[in-house]
Amino acid sequence: MSSPTSVRTDDPPAVVLTGITKRFPGVVANSDVHLTVRRGEVHALCGENGAGKSTLMKILYGMQAPDEGTIEVNGEQVRFRTPSDAIKAGIGMVHQHFMLADNLTVQENVVLGAEALHGIGQKARKRIIELSGKTGLNVDPGVLVEQLGVADRQRVEILKVLYRGAKVIILDEPTAVLVPQEVNELFDTVRGMQEQGYTFLFISHKLDEVRAIADSVTVIRRGTTVGSADPKTVSSRQLAEMMVGSELPSPETRESTVTDTVVLDVKGLKLLTPDGSRPILDDVDLVVRSGEVVGVAGVEGNGQTELVETIMGMRKAGSGTITLQDKDLTKLGTLARREAGIGYIPEDRHRHGLLLTQPLWYNRILGYQTRKPTAKGVWLDIDGAKQDTERIVTDFDVRTPGIDVPAAALSGGNQQKLVVGRELSGEPVLLIASHPTRGVDVGAQALIWDEIKRARAAGLAVLLISADLDELIGLSDTIKVMLRGRLVADADPNTVTPEDLGSAMTGAGSTSAAVQETAVVEEGEN
Amino acid sequence: MGHLRGKLLPPALAIVFSMLLCGVALVISGANPLNAFGAMVSQVGKGTTLVDIINSTGIYYIAALAVAIGFQMNLFNIGVEGQYRVAAVIAAVVGGSIALPPGIHTLVIIIAAALAGAAWAAIPAILKVTRGVNEVISTIMMNGLAIGLSAYLIRRDVFGELRGNNIRTAEIPESGWMPGISFGGGGTMFGFIFVAIALGVGYWIMMNRTRFGFELRASGESSTAASAGGVNAKKMVLVSMLLSGAIAGLISLPELLGRDHTFSLNFTAGIGFSGIAIALLGRNHPGGIAFGALLWAFLDKSGLALDNVGVPREIVTIMQGSIVLSVVVAYEVVRRVELAAEQRRVGRELGTVGGAA
Amino acid sequence: MITTMEEKPHVPAAPRKRKVPGWAVAMIGVAGAIALLSITSMQTGFPQLTSSGTTQTAVRLMLPILLAGLGGLWAERAGVVNIGLEGMMIMGTWGAAWAGYQWGPWAALVAAVVFGSLGGLLHAIATVTFGVNHIVSGVAINLLGAGLTKYLSTLLFQPLSNNPRQSPPVQPFDTYSAAGLADWLGELEAGQRLFISDVAGILRGLVTGVSPLMLLTILLVPLSYYLLWRTRFGLRLRSVGENPHAADSLGVKVYFHKYVAVIVSGGLAGLGGAALVLNPGQLSYLEGQTGGRGFIGLAAMIFGNWRPGGLLGGAALFGYADGLQLRSGGETVLALVYGVVLLLGVIVVWQLIRRKWFSAAAAIVVAVLLYLLYISLDEIPGEFVSYAPHMVTLAVLAVASQRLRMPAADGLVYRRG
Repeated sequence: MSSPTSVRTDDPPAVVLTGITKRFPGVVANSDVHLTVRRGEVHALCGENGAGKSTLMKILYGMQAPDEGTIEVNGEQVRFRTPSDAIKAGIGMVHQHFMLADNLTVQENVVLGAEALHGIGQKARKRIIELSGKTGLNVDPGVLVEQLGVADRQRVEILKVLYRGAKVIILDEPTAVLVPQEVNELFDTVRGMQEQGYTFLFISHKLDEVRAIADSVTVIRRGTTVGSADPKTVSSRQLAEMMVGSELPSPETRESTVTDTVVLDVKGLKLLTPDGSRPILDDVDLVVRSGEVVGVAGVEGNGQTELVETIMGMRKAGSGTITLQDKDLTKLGTLARREAGIGYIPEDRHRHGLLLTQPLWYNRILGYQTRKPTAKGVWLDIDGAKQDTERIVTDFDVRTPGIDVPAAALSGGNQQKLVVGRELSGEPVLLIASHPTRGVDVGAQALIWDEIKRARAAGLAVLLISADLDELIGLSDTIKVMLRGRLVADADPNTVTPEDLGSAMTGAGSTSAAVQETAVVEEGEN
Repeated sequence: MGHLRGKLLPPALAIVFSMLLCGVALVISGANPLNAFGAMVSQVGKGTTLVDIINSTGIYYIAALAVAIGFQMNLFNIGVEGQYRVAAVIAAVVGGSIALPPGIHTLVIIIAAALAGAAWAAIPAILKVTRGVNEVISTIMMNGLAIGLSAYLIRRDVFGELRGNNIRTAEIPESGWMPGISFGGGGTMFGFIFVAIALGVGYWIMMNRTRFGFELRASGESSTAASAGGVNAKKMVLVSMLLSGAIAGLISLPELLGRDHTFSLNFTAGIGFSGIAIALLGRNHPGGIAFGALLWAFLDKSGLALDNVGVPREIVTIMQGSIVLSVVVAYEVVRRVELAAEQRRVGRELGTVGGAA
Repeated sequence: MITTMEEKPHVPAAPRKRKVPGWAVAMIGVAGAIALLSITSMQTGFPQLTSSGTTQTAVRLMLPILLAGLGGLWAERAGVVNIGLEGMMIMGTWGAAWAGYQWGPWAALVAAVVFGSLGGLLHAIATVTFGVNHIVSGVAINLLGAGLTKYLSTLLFQPLSNNPRQSPPVQPFDTYSAAGLADWLGELEAGQRLFISDVAGILRGLVTGVSPLMLLTILLVPLSYYLLWRTRFGLRLRSVGENPHAADSLGVKVYFHKYVAVIVSGGLAGLGGAALVLNPGQLSYLEGQTGGRGFIGLAAMIFGNWRPGGLLGGAALFGYADGLQLRSGGETVLALVYGVVLLLGVIVVWQLIRRKWFSAAAAIVVAVLLYLLYISLDEIPGEFVSYAPHMVTLAVLAVASQRLRMPAADGLVYRRG
């Protein structure tokens, strides 16, 4: 798959990192990291969430200064104080969270910071159009970035890097937002550019992708590099063991616990954009039963977030009904829906799950401010909240010195365990879990999966949204595919592959018997 | 608790910094700063100054509470200034045009003032909730309109009357007054001070012990998390804005019920803005606000003594301004330092610092 | 079926086709406004609506608002909300008076810019370096600006003017008039012909009594546009207001651009203060003389949707309402209400053509209410006329706040890393 012929071993390496150490308050993000990237290769950097990959790349890109260690580019030692220094040395970075200004045009975004090359006018425009082809971008440079889709935005990011003449390109988790087909297109682009002499540093924790694209692999664990491997000979399993020191947890559920009791019944749900011009949710029908995990697959931006927020009452549906255990929720607010028995793990715990500067016990009250054990009538029950927080800390293995520390002081995995623990309190009948293990370490991931499985076995109905197709296939009893605001297909998690799901998610049509397209209206369930 | 140091240090730093700044300014202008500060302190014991300070503290306290309710949920009610002005005119007009038994008359005036303040605050609140209009801009605009409205309402062909050179509303009959506590030559303390104290206690209970207080703070900390937690953002904006406006409506009552008994062109303006400063200084905490209000009142009233030592008393305003600005900077710096310290502490206790090495 | 569904939501759209260029829209707007005023003045019998005197006053009153608005534009395009414009403007008035009475009007301008910039610098230090909430810092600067100038004028002005609230008189700019042109326009204006006389009156107001400050201010509008939208510096400054993290990742110096923007913002607000001091009607520093014009400037900027051209329109509108009231009193302003009714009539027709029934109905209701107001009142009370900008701003925000587009990172505190 890779093209080793383009890797030149006689030249000095493109990038050498030696003994890099970086400390933050309370954590050492990188400790004595060593990394050598040869010119013209695709070098993968693997490690689980929180292992320190992103910090390392920020150091290489000049966004953060290392406390110790040296950086060499093309055999010369360099010191980067700002990204400009890195850019001058020929290093470019495509960030995981796109660094684009929505309200500026593609051209403005590309030339920003590199105006000295071709100005900001017609010359720059010509150059951008020339380079667009390499990235597969096919839009006018005068278009506002807000009008672009995810894949095109990524192409703009690559274009930015090319425009600056970068020879070494860092791709930070580039596939996280893409479906398998788009990943393939990206890899084609990468291979094409590799033949023209570009060097890539590919950051990922998806081992199949690493093996498909990389010429060599370096593994990072707990902030330090633990070894290198040849992707052509190493197995995913061996890589995984290098990454986490043991076997990766698997989301597989065993026997079915699905019952006939309908818990959540969504009928004909519609949601329009704020200006009313376009439907975000279009006639969605959905049933979740007691003991069942229903997974929703979809490319980001196809309405999954909105579906969850509409069921939670955070967005107001245009039409349709939402019923929970024969209780009509349609006209109720978020709090009443929570009181009716919905637990909610939001996709972004910082924005929607936690009050970051408040202590853990104060966070326990959020969403439960009207119920025991955290409230009595209009009064808060502070003692009750503290006691129950202690229980969650113990039961869910939240690593914290105490319940009086602010939530912000915990690591992402521990924050998420706190959220999961809280949302499984108060005897919910339905759990809505949006990307429940996004950005958490392997230990927390395994615990969260176990808790979801246990609650499911106890009869909980679960609506699971995830971009991690392995997680979705492993945990779900039923999978629905969401595309442009509609549930367009059903998949059987026992037989479906991520590739099948991917093509259904992009609307390329089903390629497998495991995915059944559902007709647009009514026929959806069963 | 180490938290206490984090809370007390910034205001102390800010005050010291501002005193130094003003001291330097005084030296440059040829005055002796020690003389000036000494004159201010000794002024407290003279004439009615002490009682004036207490009265003024009460007024500032109410103003800062009104602002703090909005601040708790990151709602910037810059419009307290306009709300209390409108409430003052309306309370004066209502009080002067009805005749009721003592007590009830006063109560009606208080309610009228609270309702008027809330009504004036309702306009930006409704605009925000229904149309998404930023409250900072709309309340600033409402402040301007309040000046226009109050000037219009005391026109002689509307509700005003001419007394000497001053246009004012009809005087409130004695049944509507609120008696104060007289200290003879030391002045008279407004009876409304006790209402202010009660408001402070009520505010503390509301913020720390009730569901409403929790929802208010949650909304202020993270509106998105609050909404996912079932807090109705629009309702919170509406309720807290109305509450803030209602309390703002009471700001002028100590003077109206205890001394002036009429709304005239001599109306004390600017308290709403001072209230913003004091709420910032006191970090929206009822105790901190009390301290801030006292400091403000002291600077205002003792500053009069500066004229005697040949220093323009406006230096006090500079001091107030620099205190606000430096205190917000100090709070921000301390907050960051403390968060980092907390993360270090958690890291140390969990052993992640050593673990990765 | 999947394959037969509507096109992707994220289809890259073709480049936006603006059928009419911006300058043409502006010309049409100006022509429409004059036509509206012309018809209104004919229908209501108030030639003052378009008289040269009104225009001249309006322009003078517009200057401080326009300058404050430009100040707001610079700061907010870089993502810093500047409520402190009022305080910076106050500092500008003091600086202008202090330098102006000693060394003349040009020195007044320079001092005003310097003093305003100092206010801007303070705001930048608080908001950019220390990450203080922008509103909080702005409020503090307003308090500080007022306090500082009070202190300084007691200290420095009182001995000269015997009044701690006023400076000694300042020497004004010489003004220039295009005499021949003005006379010819005067004849036209006196002719009382529909539209022609109105245009003549407005133009005559514009070419009479022109001061260098006026020219400078007007030039600052296209200059700001050019700098912010047509240069690399402007692109960087705007990118900082839209997405500072992206800008930083490309090596743009975020703090530097925010600092420059906020200091320029303060300087412009200070210049606005100078425009007040050098106004022929006042010619001195006077405590409380800004009267909230810094806020009105901010309102004009919002009215103009964070664009220089729109901002000019907003400032002109607010200055005009103010000037009209000052020259001709409340009954002429009432005539403007009639004009608004006419405007709403046009809007109703437009909305009906576009089949926006709800908007049309709302416009009809408002128009009827305003018309009732017009026929039931003799004049608008003077107390309210001065606050017309406030009401217009509230109305604009209420109607259009969803369509306004402020910079995406406006008011957000940015921390590196």
